[in-house]
Amino acid sequence: MTVIDGILWVTAGLVLTGIVLVLIRAVLGPTVYDRILAVNAIGTKTVILVVLLTFIKRRAEFLDIALLYTLINFVATVAILKFKELGRLG
Amino acid sequence: MIVDIATGVCLITGSFFALTAGVGILRMPDFYSRAHPAGKSDTLAQILIMMGLLLQALEHEIFGPHVGIKLLLVSVFLLMTGPTAVHAITKAAHVEGLKIWRRRG
Repeated sequence: MTVIDGILWVTAGLVLTGIVLVLIRAVLGPTVYDRILAVNAIGTKTVILVVLLTFIKRRAEFLDIALLYTLINFVATVAILKFKELGRLG
Repeated sequence: MIVDIATGVCLITGSFFALTAGVGILRMPDFYSRAHPAGKSDTLAQILIMMGLLLQALEHEIFGPHVGIKLLLVSVFLLMTGPTAVHAITKAAHVEGLKIWRRRG
């Protein structure tokens, strides 16, 4: 498992680099939609990172957190879009 | 051994696509072209990484049988919600009337 552990660390590092690149776009983005898109992409990559952390740290509870984060990410994106379009959440 | 090699190939390819999605979202010229790496490259990276981890979980039986089911569930949820969210963002931008980028000249 040692080689696989190394590959897991390398994968986590590359995904984290991707998160940093997308974060630059979220800070820089000229329109609101660029920022929403970047935050959504960061959420997807965070789910991948949590699942990788499950296998690196050998803790099965992290998978439940990843499952929850997936659904909350989608609902949050749609809620932000609705708030942007209507000005209220109802 | 074969399973470990397949896991390594899946993980490295998936992390390459995740990095490519980051570079694409940072470097593309306008919003509509930025939606392309966010919608497709991210989903492909997620599928590849989850497939590699699923192989690993089935081969070594690290935690028990339910881990494979949960991994599959996370992957299917991401596959459903990711492109749908990107489509919703792009539709909202189009309805608001965001201009499409054109090359000068």
